[in-house]
Amino acid sequence: MGELLLEVKGLKKHFPIKQGFFRRTVGHVRAVDGLDLSVNRGETFAIVGESGCGKSTSGRTILRLEEPTAGEIIYHHETLGKINVEKADSKLLKRIRPEMQIIFQDPFSSLDSRMTVGRIIAEPMVINDTLRGRELKDRVAELLTVVGLRPEHASRYPHAFSGGQRQRIGIARALALNPKLIICDEPVSALDVSVQAQVLNLLEDLQERFNLTYIFISHDLSVVEHIADRVAVMYVGKVVEVGTTDQLFYNPKMPYTEALLSALPKPDPRNRSKPTLLAGEVPSPANPPSGCYFHPRCPYAQEICKKEAPPLQDTGDGHLAACHFANELTLKGATPLTEIKAPDIITATARHQASVAASSAAQPTEASEQAGSGATS
Amino acid sequence: MPAESVVSVRDLHVEFPTPVGLVRALNGVSFDVPRGKVLGIVGESGCGKSVTARAILRIIEKPGRIVGGEILFRPMRRRGRGRAGRTGDDASRVPATGSGVDGNSGAGGSASETNGVVELTGLDPGGPEIRRIRGQEISMIFQEPMTSLNPVYTVGNQIEEAILLHQTSDRAEAHRRAVEILRRVGMPNPERIARSYPHQLSGGMRQRAMIAMALSCTPTLLIADEPTTALDVTTEAQILELMRELQADFGMSIMLITHSMGVVAQLCDEVIVMYLGRVVERAPVEELFHDPKHPYTVSLLRSIPRIGVNRGERLEVIKGTVPDPYSTVPGCPFHPRCPSAIQGLCDTVLPLETQIADKPSHGVRCHLYPGSTPTEVADQNPVAAAGSTGTATTPRGGAETT
Repeated sequence: MGELLLEVKGLKKHFPIKQGFFRRTVGHVRAVDGLDLSVNRGETFAIVGESGCGKSTSGRTILRLEEPTAGEIIYHHETLGKINVEKADSKLLKRIRPEMQIIFQDPFSSLDSRMTVGRIIAEPMVINDTLRGRELKDRVAELLTVVGLRPEHASRYPHAFSGGQRQRIGIARALALNPKLIICDEPVSALDVSVQAQVLNLLEDLQERFNLTYIFISHDLSVVEHIADRVAVMYVGKVVEVGTTDQLFYNPKMPYTEALLSALPKPDPRNRSKPTLLAGEVPSPANPPSGCYFHPRCPYAQEICKKEAPPLQDTGDGHLAACHFANELTLKGATPLTEIKAPDIITATARHQASVAASSAAQPTEASEQAGSGATS
Repeated sequence: MPAESVVSVRDLHVEFPTPVGLVRALNGVSFDVPRGKVLGIVGESGCGKSVTARAILRIIEKPGRIVGGEILFRPMRRRGRGRAGRTGDDASRVPATGSGVDGNSGAGGSASETNGVVELTGLDPGGPEIRRIRGQEISMIFQEPMTSLNPVYTVGNQIEEAILLHQTSDRAEAHRRAVEILRRVGMPNPERIARSYPHQLSGGMRQRAMIAMALSCTPTLLIADEPTTALDVTTEAQILELMRELQADFGMSIMLITHSMGVVAQLCDEVIVMYLGRVVERAPVEELFHDPKHPYTVSLLRSIPRIGVNRGERLEVIKGTVPDPYSTVPGCPFHPRCPSAIQGLCDTVLPLETQIADKPSHGVRCHLYPGSTPTEVADQNPVAAAGSTGTATTPRGGAETT
């Protein structure tokens, strides 16, 4: 840890709003409006926020899938040293892009339905001309195995796969060029609960195996708490708080983070607290409020919040927050939940099943007897 | 049907004939929606949650059809021509506790109405009886507020439509009530919102408008199909709080369909868990979360990341995926994915619903608990019968009865 992989300084992405016959620009949507981040090698850096806060645009702009309006993106390449991605020409981009990949949210629209899975996964290697022929085929088979699919799946088309499997295909494609950094843009939001757990486990395994760095974009705070090392909270195009997962979840310094944590529906009926409800809605990034963007909804807002935008400043231990009162407010963090235990009967049967499988002599009568007696005891 | 429930679904079967095969969306679903309570229905996509809701309102898309079972509905009050001088004071409505006689509707099929109990599967889906019930007695909130509001009418118009249809013929009065209900769901400027079109509102506002529309006739039962899935967490919290408040004020029953365990834990009183068109577990919310019995429920609860619990550890997963809808799984539908499946039993015999000992409201469909096989039920002696279950390879049809 500690070794920088990516630095983002004052990144801005404004989309023009065009109106009228001459398509004159009448204003700008400030999707990303001054983003500062630093991501260390090997960590999972999460960006959370509500829809429209600019988290996906940030991810895409870092990869230069969108041209940044202003700011710097510095990628620390192992052999080429520091590279300013925002200034790189197409030749240089082609050299560094294999190291920076992306996994998209929607596994249904991010795979070309007219290409076989094999071609989809091979495409990055064909474009960069890293492998050919037999070797390419072997590599595709290997990648499919790595993400938990079978090599023979290469000849099928995406429509034959479920959402979770498609997301695995997307992951295999992202891994094809041995990347260092993967931007995961809501990779599990479109998946069912049980499949979500499978994909999250896969992402964690791959990170360990290939020493990957993730920028994990998500709106789901429980997922982020589970997977992230450090977290940045975005609000209307700006980062409002950055800290380690512990700092941010259990000792938030920015009222918006507190509200997000409190709004999270906790999967525990014993923990039915009334959330701190935020008044109103997320302001439009085309016409943000004055001063601190959060002040119209902030329960702690004072006069200064309406006039001056608070800078993102260190509140101690590298925990950054953009709030005039970050050090004065005592905010409530997340409530840790208790674990759900499997009933004894299920674990007992599972153990029994394992032993039966081991001795490969299944006696159904015995098994059901055990189940019956287990239930009555 | 139990006197304290508003809707009683009994052994409901719904099928969708498709060119590639028959999809059995519901395979004998039974449950009750208790009066004045919130019932949660959870399950992964394709488990039949939404089809159940649509079956109750009789709005299953073609070619889907109800092929068996019954849906009994007991309106909250006898309603003559309820359009007289009823103003907005719906809290004054007295629940029909007097009609406690169990109206076990006679031979299913005909649109029988006994003691105010209506058998919904017998009604013509386009007929006047069901249209009197839809919107008036049972109303629904859909997941996508943008696609379920009409883009060419104002929000006010759309709410007034329901009021004019069911409650009053006076346009000015309808408008007044529409504005009132918009105010009730927390719209900041109800007069202005009533005049705006759906595209002018944000996602949360649209969902509030949907809720306002659903509540405009103060229904007996509100069906909410994933009401907060498309919303952000802070908006979701607002909508959940609103539903909680309105439920308390109006005293209606809510059937909440969701895949989010968090939403269930926060809002519901009772929960049923569905898997492949069957109810696999039913319990009061507290018991379901802290003492789950079915291996599917347990795995589902353990596979969600829980704050402060499984940080950095691997999440428990349910192996495999939900089988495709065209195939039929013999025995317990969950057995191919179940960590505790008993060979020779779970893969052949469909478990029946059994009650957990000394917990009358907690039912589970699993062979790990006594009383789950037809032989056991026949013997009424679970422990003694357990020995014989190995040979009890009752065909599926036999297991289905009861």
